[in-house]
Amino acid sequence: MAAREPGSLRLMATLGFAGLVSGIVLVGVYLLTQPRILRNQWEALNAAIYRVLPGTTSVTTLVVREGTLSPYEGATGTVPTEQAVFAGYDEAGVLVGFAVPADGPGFMDTIKLLYGFDPGRRVIVGMQVLDSRETPGLGDKIITDERFQQNFRALAIDPSIVAVKRGEKAHPNEVDCITGATISSEAVVGILDRSAREWAPVLQPAGAARGEEGHGGRTAAR
Amino acid sequence: MAAEPQRAKALDELVKGLWRENPVFIAVLGLCPALAVTNSLTNGLVMGLATTFVLVGSSLLVSLLRKVIPRPVRISVYIIIIATFVTTVDFVLAALMPVAHKQLGAFISLIVVNCLILGRQEAFSSRNSVGLALADALGMSGGFTLALALIGAVREVLGNGSLLGYPLFGEGFEPWVIMILPPGGFLTVGVLLVLFAWGKARLERRWTS
Repeated sequence: MAAREPGSLRLMATLGFAGLVSGIVLVGVYLLTQPRILRNQWEALNAAIYRVLPGTTSVTTLVVREGTLSPYEGATGTVPTEQAVFAGYDEAGVLVGFAVPADGPGFMDTIKLLYGFDPGRRVIVGMQVLDSRETPGLGDKIITDERFQQNFRALAIDPSIVAVKRGEKAHPNEVDCITGATISSEAVVGILDRSAREWAPVLQPAGAARGEEGHGGRTAAR
Repeated sequence: MAAEPQRAKALDELVKGLWRENPVFIAVLGLCPALAVTNSLTNGLVMGLATTFVLVGSSLLVSLLRKVIPRPVRISVYIIIIATFVTTVDFVLAALMPVAHKQLGAFISLIVVNCLILGRQEAFSSRNSVGLALADALGMSGGFTLALALIGAVREVLGNGSLLGYPLFGEGFEPWVIMILPPGGFLTVGVLLVLFAWGKARLERRWTS
């Protein structure tokens, strides 16, 4: 004889209870791990900021509000959820430049990068890819290729940033592409050009002075 | 007195997953992560260990609750249990091993749909004692981890000329880039499946003769 089927109420109660216990466990795990996850994200970003702005000893986080930059008021050591840039200062407190996050389509998926911009000279002074799924061994050379990285030590943004074949760079606004990773290198150039054009009018040396006075989100000097 | 056969049975359940019923090379289960994330030994190992945590945790819980869970909703309850373990492992990896977590990306969350895990709950844990379920889960996930590590090691050595990130060959080595690309996953799994089937057939022939 077949066992009696459990009633709908019992089925609903079982699923409801399982969902409740699962929810409580997950909230607990989330609360325990979230501070560490946010700190990891900040540390990765912070390390990149110092790398793309050589000579920086302290950083102020600035957020865009109504088209102008204002100091970030959130807790130090966290990545702002708003659109933000990071002003880097040298030991004398003089502005080195801004670290600007940017992203755009790559060969496989979105490429996220951070670049250092010197608003006085209107040049890019460093670039680091933060996240990409470019083809291992080919497209991911945009991260590992030292010669490609050298393009971004003093790259003029005017009249516009353009990609050229390897070895053909003749002007300060040109980027030598990587052979075998042309699409990925051109994607990086496209992202930088679009972002620099958008940000250059906002990122003035005067705008940074305000952030410096505020000391709002300044992080500990390294 | 019954302890001896019980222990032998548990040992058999533990060993079967490693070799005789290896989930990847014999049962051909969980091929999605076996192909997708095994471009290095580290990634294969981390994926294997994350799957181990989920499979062992879910098997223990399903076996413990096997008399309480009503049959009509058992699969839904298994999925809630598995999803809870997977989300936990996702958060913990993001907090403790951010680099590995970034490399494995969505495949950690996708452990929830690995047919090996739900399959073991339905076929084994829901019908056996906690001890046997633990032995089965450890054996199966051990076999899965070994398989992923083996595929990862072969692909990393050939495709990147390194093992665990340490370069093995000199400057003159030209890496077979295809091995760390998706086709390399299919090639490696295909060759290893043939080798396993051949080795198993040879051993069985020897035993029967």
